[in-house]
Amino acid sequence: MTRIPIEANPYIENFDILEKTEFAKDPPWFRSLRKAAISHFAEKGFPTTREEEWRFTSVSSIATASFKPVPANRKDLFASGKIEPFLFGLKECARLVFVNGLYCEMLSQMPPRLPSRVRVENLARVLEESPDLVEGHLARYAPYGNNGFSALNTAFIRDGAYVFLPRGAEIEGFVHLLFVGDRNEALANVRNLIVAERGSRVAIVESFVSLEDSAHFTNTVTEIQVAGDASVDHYKIQNESSRAFHIGTTEVNVGKDSRFSSFSLSAGSRLARNNLNVCLDAPGGECALYGLYLLSGSQHIDNHTMITHAKPYCNSREFYKGIVDEKSRAVFNGRVVVVKDAQKTDARQTNKNLLLSDAAHVNAKPQLEIFADDVKCTHGATVGQLDEEALFYFKSRGIGEGAARALITYGFAKEVVARVPVEPIRLHLDRLVLRKLKQEGKGGEEM
Amino acid sequence: MLEIRNLCATADHKTILKGINLKVGIGEVHAIMGPNGSGKSTLAQVLAGHPSYAVTDGEVRYEGQDLLALAPEERAREGVFLAFQYPLEIAGVSNAYFLRTGLNEIRKHKGLEELDAMEFLGLLKEKMKLLEMEPSMKSRSVNEGFSGGEKKRNEILQMAIMDPKLAIMDETDSGLDIDAMKIVAKAVNKFRSPDNAVIVVTHYQRLLNYITPDFVHVLFDGRIVRSGGKELALELEEKGYDWIKEEAGTLREARV
Repeated sequence: MTRIPIEANPYIENFDILEKTEFAKDPPWFRSLRKAAISHFAEKGFPTTREEEWRFTSVSSIATASFKPVPANRKDLFASGKIEPFLFGLKECARLVFVNGLYCEMLSQMPPRLPSRVRVENLARVLEESPDLVEGHLARYAPYGNNGFSALNTAFIRDGAYVFLPRGAEIEGFVHLLFVGDRNEALANVRNLIVAERGSRVAIVESFVSLEDSAHFTNTVTEIQVAGDASVDHYKIQNESSRAFHIGTTEVNVGKDSRFSSFSLSAGSRLARNNLNVCLDAPGGECALYGLYLLSGSQHIDNHTMITHAKPYCNSREFYKGIVDEKSRAVFNGRVVVVKDAQKTDARQTNKNLLLSDAAHVNAKPQLEIFADDVKCTHGATVGQLDEEALFYFKSRGIGEGAARALITYGFAKEVVARVPVEPIRLHLDRLVLRKLKQEGKGGEEM
Repeated sequence: MLEIRNLCATADHKTILKGINLKVGIGEVHAIMGPNGSGKSTLAQVLAGHPSYAVTDGEVRYEGQDLLALAPEERAREGVFLAFQYPLEIAGVSNAYFLRTGLNEIRKHKGLEELDAMEFLGLLKEKMKLLEMEPSMKSRSVNEGFSGGEKKRNEILQMAIMDPKLAIMDETDSGLDIDAMKIVAKAVNKFRSPDNAVIVVTHYQRLLNYITPDFVHVLFDGRIVRSGGKELALELEEKGYDWIKEEAGTLREARV
């Protein structure tokens, strides 16, 4: 891949302009953060396939395209009925909607009351009204140095969600963050910050969708702090248009005796990369990461996860499955690092892939790096095709080839979806999986 | 109902069935016995249409049709049912959904209305009670995490629900304790009627204490070497299979 000469890089040119205008009103700490991030990007550029972490995923199609942030004064007002299919049919759930990366108040809603001091709002407003709330948190868990996309994201932070839970607070149900892309060449630079203080609990759903078949680019970074005794459930549903590009990074820091769970469904976009990095940063922490990727056409979806056992007595579970059809290509890279003193670590990882066509391709790479000696770590990855014996079993019960294949494939995905404990989310995902596997009309009941 | 003439079949270019002849009339129960490796399970799987076997000669008439010309799912819809020796585990598809999908395919084929989830549930509950199965097993993934005995019972549950014309039970008794075997036998006896037929493939005689066959056939080295009434099963139980092997051996030598 060729690196674009820095002087010609439109992102850097754009930054120089914004730095003198829109960003000029930011507090000094924020301005220096932006500047540090853009210089990092200027130095490193976009990742290339020469880098181990990006070996199987070329982002040259993003690097050479000209995605632009949508001007801040554009108000995306459209009928709220358009976003109905992406919701969960819940009237009172807290919902923030962003269109091309910018907050849309008209489509957002808040429950009648949130517990005191809890905040669920858009980051742009927080940065404008009370930036001190996020100072010290922003870019603390998601260092811009990790890759060019995180650096770009940090340099151009504009909007996203800010969710804050004070000690012991709990939000009923879940918070839904909906990111809609609707314009060709639009760059949605999304930045989310979720801070769960000691003893708090929250579930957050991030959905990424497209209106029309637009070719937009989402570059999103979510940082999550789970303080002691807290619990955060995070869902990421990525179902953007088959012409869209998606690079997402979720960085999580898990405190003492806390738990974090993640469920990721990747079904959309032409090229998607999800980085999910969880650091179990104090004893007694645990995380469970579930993932499902469904690819067809010539999609390329790459899931890179990293779990760092930084302290002893932590548990991690990881279960990712993929269904790869037609000419698509999936990448799963699951890295588990157990540092020297993280004794009594218990880490288990499973990755299973189902190839539905001869032209489909999977690169599955489990990676265990263990530097402690008293640990329990297992991992396993499989890549297979539909089981002929299972097909015969279905046929022997009167079920034809097509329906049998569809059911077995659906069952393969269902094994992950079934782990979602929240019913409206589970049903929504179930429908989405059926749609993606072209099984429309069969939903509405759980198989 | 079923007439098998000179059926020969291979798997991986190895000849397993070497000319099976068998007639099964409506309302009859036939037991097919024989030592391991004699071809019993192959016969059952060939009748159901397993793709791993190639029929090289002979024919099978079923209800006036050429059974071998039908795809496995068409055979099932025409009323042929195989209770598997090793039932498969299907992740993520509930037992109830699997059964209802199959049953509705068969009903559609018969020109009957499909059953909706509620109607089906009534039928399922009734049959599960007959087989003394835990109610939770209907919502669990097909055979996943079931014990060997539970899987076999689940096969017979499927048979009871699909209500086939010709039921073939492939070593259903293996892996069953005596109590489970009695439950299975009770369900099979309830299923038996003048309108259907059952083929019980088994290595041991003990299941036949509870499901009394009208005819017993001994399969050895890909051929039926002996046929008789239910007493033949008792004779095999008493004397084992060695005398059959010897007899067959002598026969073969004589033929050479």
